[in-house]
Amino acid sequence: PKVTAEVLAHLEHLALVDFRDAEGVERLQKAIQFADQLQEVNTDGVEPMDSVLEDRCLYLREDDVTEGNCAKELLKNAREKVEEYFVAPPGNIPLPKLDEQETSLQGS
Amino acid sequence: PESRVHLQVSSALKEGQITPTELCQRCLALIKSTKFLNAYITVAEETALKQAEESEKRYSKGQPLGVLDGIPIAVKDNFNTAGIETTCASNMLKGYISPYNATVVQKLLDQGAVLLGKTNLDEFAMGSGSTDGVFGPVRNPWSYSRQYKEKSLSKSHSEDEESNWVITGGSSGGSAAAVSSFTCFAALGSDTGGSTRNPAAHCGVVGLKPTYGLISRHGLIPLVNSMDVPGILTRCVDDAAVVLGSLAGHDPKDSTTIQDNFKPFELPDLTDVSKLSIGIPKEYHAPGLSGEILALWSKAADLFKNAGAKVTDVSLPHTRYSIVCYHVLCTAEVASNMARFDGLEYGHRSDMNKSTESMYAATRREGFNDVVRGRILSGNYFLLKQNYENYFIKAQKVRRLIANDFLKVFRSGVDILLTPTTLSDAAPYMEFIKEDNRTRSAQDDILTQAANMAGLPAINVPAALSERGLPIGLQFIGRSFQEKQLLTVAKWFEKQVKFPMIQLEEVKRLDPGVFQHQQSASFS
Repeated sequence: PKVTAEVLAHLEHLALVDFRDAEGVERLQKAIQFADQLQEVNTDGVEPMDSVLEDRCLYLREDDVTEGNCAKELLKNAREKVEEYFVAPPGNIPLPKLDEQETSLQGS
Repeated sequence: PESRVHLQVSSALKEGQITPTELCQRCLALIKSTKFLNAYITVAEETALKQAEESEKRYSKGQPLGVLDGIPIAVKDNFNTAGIETTCASNMLKGYISPYNATVVQKLLDQGAVLLGKTNLDEFAMGSGSTDGVFGPVRNPWSYSRQYKEKSLSKSHSEDEESNWVITGGSSGGSAAAVSSFTCFAALGSDTGGSTRNPAAHCGVVGLKPTYGLISRHGLIPLVNSMDVPGILTRCVDDAAVVLGSLAGHDPKDSTTIQDNFKPFELPDLTDVSKLSIGIPKEYHAPGLSGEILALWSKAADLFKNAGAKVTDVSLPHTRYSIVCYHVLCTAEVASNMARFDGLEYGHRSDMNKSTESMYAATRREGFNDVVRGRILSGNYFLLKQNYENYFIKAQKVRRLIANDFLKVFRSGVDILLTPTTLSDAAPYMEFIKEDNRTRSAQDDILTQAANMAGLPAINVPAALSERGLPIGLQFIGRSFQEKQLLTVAKWFEKQVKFPMIQLEEVKRLDPGVFQHQQSASFS
């Protein structure tokens, strides 16, 4: 079953990366085909495994502050900042819906 | 410990036969003369020399910090290093200077090791060739070895050197090449699907993947949180044991490290293997396995048999699904892990300023290569509500089956598994790039991947040269947290096969004394 244009657009929106061209879409198709081989395996009664260390207790430490106060250091790596804030462009503006000409998903 | 006739670098440093500064300078000079390998992304010359000076002061006072004091090392460029650029071979992190050291880096520095630089890799460690990073591919030093050149059918030397060079394998190719070409004595890699063992096999060095949970991942830029481990690359098994000793143990900063007390160990010189049980998993006779490697694998099994060990055929029935399972779980975790790269706090940021979302999208479009973007998109597909059960959860169930396969075999009395590491010797770059990254990874990870799935320790030991004069390695897989047993067997095997030293012009030219002797190729 081919992936619909709707799903492709949805994925681009979720991932915030683009397929770029027909090759990118083809890559996804192949990846899905490859993954479908899993259906051959009988997993009745098998629990999903999150971690190989599932039989152990995760380490928890005391809730004591042992480090921090390094705002200056952390801000060094940001391009846009004001005082102790990272500056982002305005939010709550959805990505524009690409019109027919511009869509990178034309190839599908 | 047996007495050794030849020089060993560590005792050479202790006895003052060579100073840390001289050693550091020689390695830096060798890095320069082997620049064409493209193994290093960043060479930290100034800080390395400073560290060497500090080490020298300690030696002159007779107070070295340990075996690693003054030893030049290299670190894969996906480990955070304070004050030194960490790029992951990606445009996304070009210019990124971390404010902290990864725990493993800090541990090595605390032992007095000299950090020469950061090594090249596939972008974000995604790949099996070390060919897909923004700084270009890494060249396998063996491409320039006398052993390879002699076997090469070419007539014109310079022309063919340019087009005949072979890949290092990946994704820790830079680290493997650095160790293989003698520019450092040990290097850190990472291993998620075989990324340390694969290049180790192709470059003729020892590549250790420790048990998941033994070594801290704090500061290792994550790919797959449930499978990533720091990897160790050295020229001999003893050295790997020494580095392991300085790195293993619980780290409060990485809650996935186990809390058991870890005791560094020295490897015994095994002479009696009669109590050993070696398992040969038949499914590792995978399609595409070269006749050469099959024969070598068989020869190795016989070696153990003739020495008195019990060698049995075993079965790991879900082996062929391991790579499919990995493909789903890896892309899913990658989709999650790569979400942090949005241009706001660090790394590349696009000039696009219309909205947060468009800035994120443009930043990621500009910063990631096709491979990374492809995996993010695939991962997101498998995690969609309508797909979650059939792909992600399904893969997690298959993962348990794979892990159980190993448990069954180990419970039946087998101590160690012996398998090939790669399907063939290193491919020429021009051949390798004919197929895309995902196809290559799927092919090349087949023999190494399952150990990551099950979290087991595994090691590549160089075994012999192929007909083309290139290294072939064999893999040993052990029980969880039984690194001592694994390395002991690996060391025994290493001693039997006597893998030849690389005949590299640049190494010979630099200093016949320290680098030529096989034993002094190691530091321990």
